[in-house]
Amino acid sequence: MSSSNWTTDFLSLLSRDITVTRIDTSPVIVWQIESHAWQRFAELAMLQNLRWAAGWAEQAQNRFLINSCFEKQGEYVLLRASIDDANPELPSQATVYPAANRSERHTQDMFGIRFIGHPDNRRWTRHQAWTENSYPLRKDFPVQGTPVGITAPDMHYPFIKSHGAGVYEIPVGPVHAGIIEPGHFRFQAVGELILNLEERLGYVHKGMEKIAEGRTPESLARLAGRVSGDTTVGHCWAACMAMEQASGVVIPPRAALIRGILAERERIANHMGDIGAICNDVAFVFAQMQFTRLRELWLRTNATVFGHRLLMDRIVPGGVACDLSEASCSLIKKDIVELRKELAEVILALDLNSSLEDRLYTAGFLSEDTAAAYGTLGYVGRASGQDKDVRRDTPYPPYDQIKVKVALETQGDIASRFWVRYKEIMAALHMIEDFIDQLVAGDIRSEWQMPASGSEGLGIVEGWRGEIVCYVRFDADDKIARFYPRDPSQLNWPALEKLVLNNIVPDFPVCNKSLNGSYSGNDL
Amino acid sequence: MGDQLMNWLIAVLQTTLFVVLAPLLAGWLKWCKCHLQNRKAPSLFQPYRDLLKLTNKQPVVAEQASWIFMIAPYIIFSATVLAATVVPLIAVNLPTSASADVIVMVGFFAFARFFLALAGLDIGTAFGGMGSSREMTISSLAEPAMLMAIFTLTMTASTTNLSFAIAHVLNEGLVLRPSFVFALAALVLVAIAETGRIPVDNPATHLELTMIHEAMILEYSGRHLALIEWASQLKLMLYGVLIANIFLPWGIAETFGVQALGYGLLAIMGKLALLAIFLAIAETLVAKMRLFRVQEYLSFAYLLGLLGMLSHIILEASR
Repeated sequence: MSSSNWTTDFLSLLSRDITVTRIDTSPVIVWQIESHAWQRFAELAMLQNLRWAAGWAEQAQNRFLINSCFEKQGEYVLLRASIDDANPELPSQATVYPAANRSERHTQDMFGIRFIGHPDNRRWTRHQAWTENSYPLRKDFPVQGTPVGITAPDMHYPFIKSHGAGVYEIPVGPVHAGIIEPGHFRFQAVGELILNLEERLGYVHKGMEKIAEGRTPESLARLAGRVSGDTTVGHCWAACMAMEQASGVVIPPRAALIRGILAERERIANHMGDIGAICNDVAFVFAQMQFTRLRELWLRTNATVFGHRLLMDRIVPGGVACDLSEASCSLIKKDIVELRKELAEVILALDLNSSLEDRLYTAGFLSEDTAAAYGTLGYVGRASGQDKDVRRDTPYPPYDQIKVKVALETQGDIASRFWVRYKEIMAALHMIEDFIDQLVAGDIRSEWQMPASGSEGLGIVEGWRGEIVCYVRFDADDKIARFYPRDPSQLNWPALEKLVLNNIVPDFPVCNKSLNGSYSGNDL
Repeated sequence: MGDQLMNWLIAVLQTTLFVVLAPLLAGWLKWCKCHLQNRKAPSLFQPYRDLLKLTNKQPVVAEQASWIFMIAPYIIFSATVLAATVVPLIAVNLPTSASADVIVMVGFFAFARFFLALAGLDIGTAFGGMGSSREMTISSLAEPAMLMAIFTLTMTASTTNLSFAIAHVLNEGLVLRPSFVFALAALVLVAIAETGRIPVDNPATHLELTMIHEAMILEYSGRHLALIEWASQLKLMLYGVLIANIFLPWGIAETFGVQALGYGLLAIMGKLALLAIFLAIAETLVAKMRLFRVQEYLSFAYLLGLLGMLSHIILEASR
């Protein structure tokens, strides 16, 4: 896809306004610009339909490096500006790209960098675990933090208010009745109609970025596998890909195929869980029981074949940690045949159920325009016509060997997100079969080479929730200097605030489940 | 005088049976649902264990709670038990059911609901108020539909007293009345709404925002919760008995001999078990309705009740 090569045209367009320095030492395409042109670049990028994909900062000597990752037609460009840490501020890109909003607020809380003109500069990741004027990701902040006993309750967050007769507020969470992650939702409603929803996340902030500093590649891969428990393969792969890019390690073809099998197995397990959970939220428990059963059988095969139900730590820097025997391959194939048969039966029962149809169709509508504006990813984006899939657009091994069929729906409702998931299960089953058929003999792990100090890498993979962007920079001695994983949830959560509008309060849970953002992956 | 005393004893026994058997019906319903969903079911006696467990726990009461919150569980439970005295379970012509009619029963339900809704509002949480508001909306639509269905029956029997009405149906023998079919359908729809079953409400959900009945009682714990849970199990059984005994009264004891009463008990347990199976199947087959569909659903129930009444007047009243 990159054959069209928009970058040359775009660079010449930029040259009238902005001086761009291309940094060629890095394996990543990096364009460095002056910090004052930060917003101007975003405006020009928006005109050229570039997609804002991720944003983060890092501290280097007396400076902060601010990064934004843009994508168009499958080609990624890293935009970078360097600012003095005595006066850390630069113009905001969130004014142009709403997707950058929370990311900039995160950077503001973690580094104390001010984004001038930011439409909403309230604190985001910072609750009360550290004081207002300390910034955890600066190098002078201790890894263990500065704990002062029990964290104070976060009482005075300035939520958006609404006034008027009959308007009332419903605070929900952060502790929920179900066994789910913590997050707070603030509704303003009239009767049952939702006027506004505001999310307040950050309750599962674990300091992932901070505790990554100084780790070895092996240990970072383990940490990345815990960014979000249900995306352990996705994040682990993205982190390993970034580290491999930085050090120039090429993984063996057999390892790539096994990684592909792991990732697709994770996708299938999660999609099955989600389809069941969506049905459960409209009290159609039969479907949930069936899909829970199918998912459980699937996970048990994971345990038998790979030694871990959720496939944690199976991907390691340079390759994979477990090989596939002939017997395992045939077991996996046998499972797939059975799963197809069962799915065909269950999905027919769901498809023909009009009461289920009544709940899922037209509810939780996300328009194509909103989905594009917020850069929504994965099944949420693809259910609203966003035809994006890293596996097809920027193919990485083993997806460069096969044809990736991207499931697409345009209705933008819960039913669309339901069917995209189902189609992705079917496509993933095919992919696993293809990968097994292509499985070549050989090593499963390459020798690790120590990367040069300061080398960087960008790992971009299609996790089950969508595109994962992972940035890694090495220090001397094989140690990690900066790790930033961007879970697709970060871009999908804001879409929830939009898609519940004009729905009624009791329909929120199913709307939320159809999106199923990760709290942990968002909060880091 | 001795007869009189005996009758009262049987009446008390019948009400006790109601109270004691209600959790069993809930357990049976759960058992059926579990099996329909390919799950292992908990024991039939699990609801009793749950009630016992809750009773032994210390209730935790919100600081803002007033006396209404404290007494509501007792009022709700007592009102539901009193409603149960009006409905013939194993025998007709008992003094309790003879002394009050079906409108009294509906009154008891309304009384219990009033306090439940107040308790939901009392502690001032968003969920409680939301639940109370939804409950009152639904009941304002369900009560007329229910009365319409029952009036159809009472017009045939020329009495609003359930006991006499059931005796009347028994004496008439098996006659297919269109009005009864309509009234039965209406009453089934209302019963599902009133007892908070799928597709109107989901008693098993953990999602606060979707709750109706459960939202009002979220703040209850310990013996308070036990009483409310027990009352709703009782209410479910009451509606089951109402449907079973009005429309298919055969088997109910007309004399107060031990044998007749024993058969009466077996008959009603069989009928309830069967009804529960139907309910379990229905709950497995359908998803919960969108909340704003409930008024259409209850309007339909009302319409059925009205059709029952019309068909009684047009087709049956002249005879």
